[in-house]
Amino acid sequence: MSEGVNLGRRRFLGAATGVTTAVGVAFVAVPFLASWKPSARAQALGAPVAVDISKLDEGALLRVEWRGRPVWVLKRSPETVERLATADGLLRDPESSEAQQPPYATNRHRSIKPEVLVVIGSCTHLGCAPAPRFDVGAADLGGAEWPGGFFCACHGSKFDLAGRVWRGVPAPLNLVVPPHKYVDDSTILVGVDMGAA
Amino acid sequence: MSKAKDTSKASVGKEEGGLYNWFRKRFPWDQMMDEHVTGYYAPKNFNWFYVFGSLALLALIIQIVTGIWLTMSYKPSAEEAFSSVEYIMRDVEWGWLLRYMHSTGASMFFIVVYIHMFRALLYGSYQKPRELIWIFGMLIYLAMSAEAFFGYLLPWGQMSYWGAQVIVSLFGALPVIGEPLVEWIRGDFFISDVTLNRFFALHVIALPLVLLGLVVAHILALHEVGSNNPDGVEIKKYKGPDGKPLDGIPFHPYHTTKDVPAWVVFSMVFAAIVFFAPEMGGFFLEHANFEPADPLKTPEHIAPVWYFTPFYAILRAVPDKLGGVLAMGAAMFVLFLLPWLDRSPVRSIRYKGPLFKIALTVFVISFVMLGWLGLQPATTTYTILARVFTILYFAFFILMPIYSKIDKTKTPPDRITYHG
Repeated sequence: MSEGVNLGRRRFLGAATGVTTAVGVAFVAVPFLASWKPSARAQALGAPVAVDISKLDEGALLRVEWRGRPVWVLKRSPETVERLATADGLLRDPESSEAQQPPYATNRHRSIKPEVLVVIGSCTHLGCAPAPRFDVGAADLGGAEWPGGFFCACHGSKFDLAGRVWRGVPAPLNLVVPPHKYVDDSTILVGVDMGAA
Repeated sequence: MSKAKDTSKASVGKEEGGLYNWFRKRFPWDQMMDEHVTGYYAPKNFNWFYVFGSLALLALIIQIVTGIWLTMSYKPSAEEAFSSVEYIMRDVEWGWLLRYMHSTGASMFFIVVYIHMFRALLYGSYQKPRELIWIFGMLIYLAMSAEAFFGYLLPWGQMSYWGAQVIVSLFGALPVIGEPLVEWIRGDFFISDVTLNRFFALHVIALPLVLLGLVVAHILALHEVGSNNPDGVEIKKYKGPDGKPLDGIPFHPYHTTKDVPAWVVFSMVFAAIVFFAPEMGGFFLEHANFEPADPLKTPEHIAPVWYFTPFYAILRAVPDKLGGVLAMGAAMFVLFLLPWLDRSPVRSIRYKGPLFKIALTVFVISFVMLGWLGLQPATTTYTILARVFTILYFAFFILMPIYSKIDKTKTPPDRITYHG
């Protein structure tokens, strides 16, 4: 049956065709897969947002939207900033050693100016929005040891007033501090790093 | 050109007997009917558990037909999606019925499929040589879950939005590739119009095609090896002189006449829900979903629709994010391995020993309890309970090679037992 048929040559040609096709398919797959990436428009809409904090009172929380994410700007009193250290023992990452903030916010108060906290109000567990619970000593959040902070009702994660996460809650990391910088004393630009143009 | 084609088939020429004969000489109709319908022999001891396969097919048909009609009035954009659903509900003639049929149909599809899968567990329908039927079935279940997930975003309500947010961010738990992968899935830096538009494409085109293909594969594999039955004995062992199994009867007309009343009962239950309780007290349509999506405001309590809650409870039971995601994935994946975990010499629960019966009971209780816990807020007590039932869920599978092997089984009969 296979008389006069060069099987080796047939196998080689078959394999060569197969390999060439596979390479072709891989190249053709690129545009299909890449088309799922954020489009030029989506990237343009993700541009920085200016926030005016001149009218922000102490203890007040300002919510703005950046890239569809809720950015919180919280003005803390100097006493509140002082008190941050007292909760360290309850926290998973009190020193902010995980890269959840830009280098210029890697400090105890996790901010550029000690009083003004800028964080993304989206739980690091599954992206719910934690609720502000500034009532120190709230009975349902651990009583006397609750220093005020944020509580995520979805799965029970707790964060302090610097967005640092509690131990033993589902959220693995501190709240994210977005890149931001001060344009002047009362205007924050969210989405650009300090020092960047 | 057509002329050349005609002359080449000159032999076909004149034929006897009208349109039907003309058709069947050009299409393997008789052969298909014989192989899959009138000549497909299924065991005659099927009980009522065996109607759920055909009910799943009915549910699929309902979803496809109502789905096509819904796309005629639905707008897949963040601006218009929510209001277009309200438009369907209020202004489109009979739109409310089409929408409620589709939303109720999704839940009914899952109820039917869960019972169908339980039937397979009960009678060992996944055992050799039916492993591939089980695998195709599991793939159908996965595709259905994806289909349901993508579809749930489309009404663009609060629960649509935040449910999608929670599920998509699960991929973010993967090391290194996590964040870019999430961005790639959403096509944006958050769940947006872009995400809605692509989920719509997947929901109405890609996954239905995949589902239909898998259903065909599931049925072809079934017809290749033949159906199992409540006794778990092989009917092909004893064949009559005509080569047909003695304990089998043709699928049509015998099993189809049994399936028709089941379709009627299903339709009655379906209609009762559609007309009197389409939201099913928040189980089929969650209350939070009657509020338009708001990226800045999370609902107080995010829970998936009931059919995902067992897996959701497993996700939450693990204190570590990546660990939770892996546990949830494993809970689905382990089902695929079932044919190789069961070492029992018998198939049916009727002849299996006490160990398997206890294990199956504990498994069913765990699954239902996890489903209930997935709906509850994550309090300390509930988290502990979820952990206990998660362990029991996995124990059913992990210990199966042991208890199914050492179990005291009864000897199954040679041929099916048949009452009446």
